[in-house]
Amino acid sequence: MTELSKSGAVAEPVKDSPAPSAFLEVRDLKVHFPTDDGLVKSVDGLSFQLEKGKTLGIVGESGSGKSVTSLGIMGLHTAGQYGKRKAQISGEIWLNGTELLSADPDYVRKLRGREMAMIFQDPLSALHPYYTIGQQIVEAYRIHHNVDKKTAKRRAVEMLDRVGIPQPDKRVDSYPHEFSGGMRQRAMIAMSLVNNPELLIADEPTTALDVTVQAQILDLMRDLQKEFGSAVIIITHDLGVVAELADDILVMYGGRCIERGPAEKVFYEPRHPYTWGLLGSMPRLDREQTERLIPVKGSPPSLINLPSGCAFNPRCPYADVPKDNVTRTVRPELTEVGGRHWAACHMTQEQRERIWIEEIAPKL
Amino acid sequence: MLAYLIRRLFAAAVMLVVIVMVVFGIFFLVPKWAGVDIASSFVGKQADPAAVEAVRQKLGLSDPIYSQVWEFFKGIFAGRTYSGGGDVTHCAAPCFGYSFRSEQAVWPVLTDRFPVTLGLALGAAVLWLVFGVAAGVLSALKRGTIWDRGAMVVALSGVSLPIYFTGMLSLAIFTFGLHWINAQYVPLDQSVSGWFGGMIMPWITLAFLYAAMYARITRATMLEILGEDYIRTARAKGLKEQVVIGKHAMRSTMTPILTMLGMDLGALIGGAILTESTFNLPGLGRAVLDAIKNQDLPIILGVTLITSLAVLIANLVVDVLYAVIDPRVRLS
Repeated sequence: MTELSKSGAVAEPVKDSPAPSAFLEVRDLKVHFPTDDGLVKSVDGLSFQLEKGKTLGIVGESGSGKSVTSLGIMGLHTAGQYGKRKAQISGEIWLNGTELLSADPDYVRKLRGREMAMIFQDPLSALHPYYTIGQQIVEAYRIHHNVDKKTAKRRAVEMLDRVGIPQPDKRVDSYPHEFSGGMRQRAMIAMSLVNNPELLIADEPTTALDVTVQAQILDLMRDLQKEFGSAVIIITHDLGVVAELADDILVMYGGRCIERGPAEKVFYEPRHPYTWGLLGSMPRLDREQTERLIPVKGSPPSLINLPSGCAFNPRCPYADVPKDNVTRTVRPELTEVGGRHWAACHMTQEQRERIWIEEIAPKL
Repeated sequence: MLAYLIRRLFAAAVMLVVIVMVVFGIFFLVPKWAGVDIASSFVGKQADPAAVEAVRQKLGLSDPIYSQVWEFFKGIFAGRTYSGGGDVTHCAAPCFGYSFRSEQAVWPVLTDRFPVTLGLALGAAVLWLVFGVAAGVLSALKRGTIWDRGAMVVALSGVSLPIYFTGMLSLAIFTFGLHWINAQYVPLDQSVSGWFGGMIMPWITLAFLYAAMYARITRATMLEILGEDYIRTARAKGLKEQVVIGKHAMRSTMTPILTMLGMDLGALIGGAILTESTFNLPGLGRAVLDAIKNQDLPIILGVTLITSLAVLIANLVVDVLYAVIDPRVRLS
């Protein structure tokens, strides 16, 4: 057993320990979807921990399993699964001392919205077009609170005011299409926070918004987290977003975690070639305009047939650095590369440090 | 909302005038161009020339077309008096024409037949909505299972089998074979149970066809809606699955169903010709079928007008309901 961090959000997964001390602990989570073409392994063995009041940023490209992970925690793969094809989920998700995957679905349903809430990427499609903002917030509140509509509506107005919507007592009766994109996302945040959830999952909360509004929404989320003291998981492909908000960062590739650790470590001493690629492809204001972004070559791997060995090997410029073709035959495990900092790569510490310092860092 | 309503009403009124003019054109102008004598077709082929001439005068067929249209419109609101050939025929308002062939005004025929068709259409609509939508929802929720397949096979056969087949089959089994149901039309004001007994088979036959279509559209729409982000949001709030489906998903699924219902009801009220003739119901469909056989043009004209009116009203109601259901419609 390795160290269990009390203060930070990420620590080595502790297997066979039934009583985790972390607020949220995910152990070896697997989410597989059977399809006609084969089994899609969207998430394949993911573990992490998160404490209250901390923010975890999950980063990765499309199809790396970020959203599937968040929906898995919310129990939304099993709720509303109709027909024969059901998602196959295994592993453990401990929230506040309760394991959710083996819990009664109705119990998990009651946790949804109250203990754990979610903000979605596109607030226009995530809000029901036929109900007013107020009706939707009132509904969210009244599922978990036995109050009359009037009280709930007062609460809705209060929440809209809190997230910075002007004239909340009037706007509460507006429909989603009458709001601007940023206002809609504020309303969505108001709705998810109406029950003071202890865990808030934000799935690409700013992706659908324009840049000026993005910063406002991120500020709002930071303020609200301080106020409510909840644990936050922020899912994004935008490293800029996690840089602003996250205490810890988890980088996903092909349904697995390839690097995680405190935000400053992942940003300033990344130890995985894929993380280097992400950093290299991030536009930055402090860089010369004439410089080109460095894309990660190739496309995301097929989740049905992951490349053997390290899933990143076909796109990795350093795949031949380790000896004996090991990158193509053996899947690298997460190993500690520093205090609370893990990476899954076959290169030795020294090789990675040298490449980072000599080849990657100067170009960033 | 009120402005929307007024705009729709105005559009409907304009549409109605246009329809009357087009219908008039079809029935009075086209035969004229084709060189067919309208007056003799109104009287009947073997009529004597004096009678034909009388009808020609009564209808003002020698007058310019606009004055004929005007007389027709005036008749609807003020009634009409046909005179010519020495005798005078009165047609009280609303006068939708006069059948010189069967020697009766058209309007009483319409009002006589209309309740039968309305009862048939509404009763069937209730059945097909309940069963069609329920089957569609169930089949969407049990997608890919034996229930889904079974329901869709039944639906496919419902769409494919014509009414005169299913109607005849049910008559052969339940009326003439088992003697369970006496398929005789009894007016509602004579006997409620008799009316019900006479209508039950036509209802089921008609509803089977439509329920099949509604089941298919409900299934497709429901499947699409279930994939929407706001359904996921509803679940993320912690709503019970019954509420997610029954409230959030159903509300959106209703929109296309309502559109279809408006058009189908409108068209059916104009006469369910096949059902009415299979079960011998004295509705508008029967009336127009008989009129076509007898070349009784005024009746055909009257039924056509009523049909268009029914479609218009049904669509107007749908449009208003649309605005009630979907707040985004109110804006435009």
